[in-house]
Amino acid sequence: MSARNGVLSDTRELRVVGFLCNWCSYGGADTAGVARFEQPTDLRIIRVPCSGRIDPLFIMRALVSGADGVLVSGCHPRDCHYAEGNYYARRRLELLKQFLPITGIDPQRFEYTWVSASEGARWQEVVTKFTNRIHELGPAPRMQGGSGYDELCLKQIEEGVKQGPACPCHKERAL
Amino acid sequence: MRIGVFVCHCGSNIAATVDCPSVAQAAKLFPDVVFASDTMYACSEPGQDAIIQAIKEHRLDGVVVASCSPRMHEPTFRRALERAGLNRYMLEMANIREHVSWIGKNKELNTVKATELVRIAAAKLRLNTPLYANQFDVTKRVLVIGGGVAGIQAALDCADAGIQVIMVERDTSIGGKMAKLDKTFPTVDCSSCILGPKMVDVAQHPNITLYAASEVEEISGYVGNFDVKVRRRATYVNWDACTGCGLCMEKCPSKKSYDAFNEGVAPTAAIGISFPQAIPKKASINAEFCMKLQKGKCGVCAKICPTKCIDFEQQDTIVSEKVGAIVAATGYDLFDWTVYNQYGGGRYPDVVTSLQYERMMNASGPTAGHIKRPSDGKEPKRVVFIQCVGSRDKAVDRPYCSGFCCMYTAKQAVLTKDHIPDSDSYVFYMDIRSPGKGYDEFTRRAQEQYGVQYVRGRVSMIYPKGDVLVVRGADTLAGTQVEVEADLVVLAVGIESSKGAPHLAEKLRISYDHYGFFMEAHPKLKPVETNTAGVYLAGCCQGPKDIPTSVGQGSAAAAKVLTLFAKDKLESDPQISRVNQNRCVGCLKCTMTCPFGAVKDVKDRAGNTKAEVVETVCQGCGICTVTCPHGAIQLQHFTDNQILAEVNALCQPEMEF
Repeated sequence: MSARNGVLSDTRELRVVGFLCNWCSYGGADTAGVARFEQPTDLRIIRVPCSGRIDPLFIMRALVSGADGVLVSGCHPRDCHYAEGNYYARRRLELLKQFLPITGIDPQRFEYTWVSASEGARWQEVVTKFTNRIHELGPAPRMQGGSGYDELCLKQIEEGVKQGPACPCHKERAL
Repeated sequence: MRIGVFVCHCGSNIAATVDCPSVAQAAKLFPDVVFASDTMYACSEPGQDAIIQAIKEHRLDGVVVASCSPRMHEPTFRRALERAGLNRYMLEMANIREHVSWIGKNKELNTVKATELVRIAAAKLRLNTPLYANQFDVTKRVLVIGGGVAGIQAALDCADAGIQVIMVERDTSIGGKMAKLDKTFPTVDCSSCILGPKMVDVAQHPNITLYAASEVEEISGYVGNFDVKVRRRATYVNWDACTGCGLCMEKCPSKKSYDAFNEGVAPTAAIGISFPQAIPKKASINAEFCMKLQKGKCGVCAKICPTKCIDFEQQDTIVSEKVGAIVAATGYDLFDWTVYNQYGGGRYPDVVTSLQYERMMNASGPTAGHIKRPSDGKEPKRVVFIQCVGSRDKAVDRPYCSGFCCMYTAKQAVLTKDHIPDSDSYVFYMDIRSPGKGYDEFTRRAQEQYGVQYVRGRVSMIYPKGDVLVVRGADTLAGTQVEVEADLVVLAVGIESSKGAPHLAEKLRISYDHYGFFMEAHPKLKPVETNTAGVYLAGCCQGPKDIPTSVGQGSAAAAKVLTLFAKDKLESDPQISRVNQNRCVGCLKCTMTCPFGAVKDVKDRAGNTKAEVVETVCQGCGICTVTCPHGAIQLQHFTDNQILAEVNALCQPEMEF
């Protein structure tokens, strides 16, 4: 991987998904485009009305089904078009960040930030930094085999069913 | 579904770095796409006709336009769809210009990215449903925030058109910064002579309600139906009774009050009228300096007031108003120049700001129009003007040009010569910026006719020597150091957004930039609109402007208000949340999270609690959709399934390009 002018050049693209609020960050990305601020091409942007519209499960779905990185961007705190949508977003996304390691996903692959519609240069910086970070991490490990649920739980479930009410968990509950 | 894809070249804007025909070719492989083509300019008349033609010919029921940002041309293409008989919400746009062609030069990668963006758009479009707008009533009253020249113009234009106007002004009088000026460039018109009549019109217009010494406390509601709470600050004078005789001002023993109108050039009485042309011409008390309010002793004004209108017990009051539109015209404030230590940082009394100098030249100012040095009251014979103080200076985080300082400096230099014919004026400047009708001619006149000496260069320091100030700077044209002994130094201080502007922006739910200036909806095409429907901008709250431009914007904002009010009913945006009553369990989490109070609880026929969205109140943010544990409340046009379809289109483990 070689970096020239802060922009990755001549390297295989990775899958970076962006969720951007319509009013600030999508506008900021537009501003960056109008100003011809060169950026890595990996990012694909999904437009939503507000960062508060972003369900953490959208991000999980993206990461589980092959995204190498997910970037969320909304309005700066106190500047939300819907008054407080980004505060809801901040809580949800911060929680998601804490939760990602439990799922086995590297929390480095997810980031959220605030970019206003006037901050074209900032958007360029955010995209470049995040994409570079994902390239340093490399492609995300792909899910293989079954759903995971089978392998992990099936044995225990089978055992539990076999034992009926005598299984350890039933005993614990009785206590 | 039958989807048509139109890939726009946008001349060479897109086609130069994206292989548009290939994108169109690849789009045909996506599910439900039955037609795809590339077009030179999709937004042009032939471009739109081609879309309409294709819709009819190929019986399309959904359209993807891959072109510029939807923030730019979504309304255009929605109208085109409507002309072809489709519902306007059966359109999706792929932004392959701002987000692809303009930010990367690698044509191969760009083409792949553009294709994927089309794929996302098509995947979402498959789940789009026709949406229909409802109509609601408009309150045909307008709130104008700020009574400077921009706000006055907007208010008068609206009022003349028969619209009720509520004007809220923070100071005790309207007039703004223009009322402080002595003369205006480039005509050297008397400022208060041209503004005064307009201020009187505001006071006397039957359609204008003026709240001076007031601030906007709270704003709720939406376009057509805003509820505004205005805080009327206590002035300790009953304005209904005050006749503006000014007797209190004469007799007040506390003469050391800060005079904000005169920029602190000289102190004033603790009670009084800020200037002779003030509108409303009512007295008010500066509580900070009033002996009665501070120490409980005095009360001279109350004793001598002929109408007994002094009320030391007065409290702030809150007034509620209903309006349909809002014009923000909150103007600007001067940059705090004292951060410049090299100019004395406020230590030298004979270094003044341009606005202070304006008051010193003004006949209604504290020196009655005689230019006197603040230190000893002598007439200055050498005046040095320094430009770009807090403008075009990254070191103080003010990289922007304040625009009109070059012009007012030239004007002040000319006026100095008029006031003191045997004086010399020097102007230290970076560049002379005088774009405007008659502007450049004026700056030349200052140099050629009035002999103002322009020195191109920055001033490195000012230091006192005896009773003069030595201004040391560079003359970059001559390539030398220069030192000028000055009796008075005038700093052309740049402007910044008015204090509290970001706070007001939050109440208005509009954006502001890094410097606190309000963001217009589009820098070129929507200069007075904001991204919040029904909120418009005028004057310097949006960025530095001279008087003609501010007045022009005031009228433009009024025109936008009148356009809005030309309809008796407004159409609501149907991109709002809707509740699936079968799924709703009545937990009312949505009610709790909605920032607008748009979700209320109702009882269904069986008496179960259910959520229901009030259509006109919902703004379409979708916070409720994420909150709902059952997915029962869905934001139309951005449903969970639609966004997941986009994610799925993008992240398929087997997908390889």
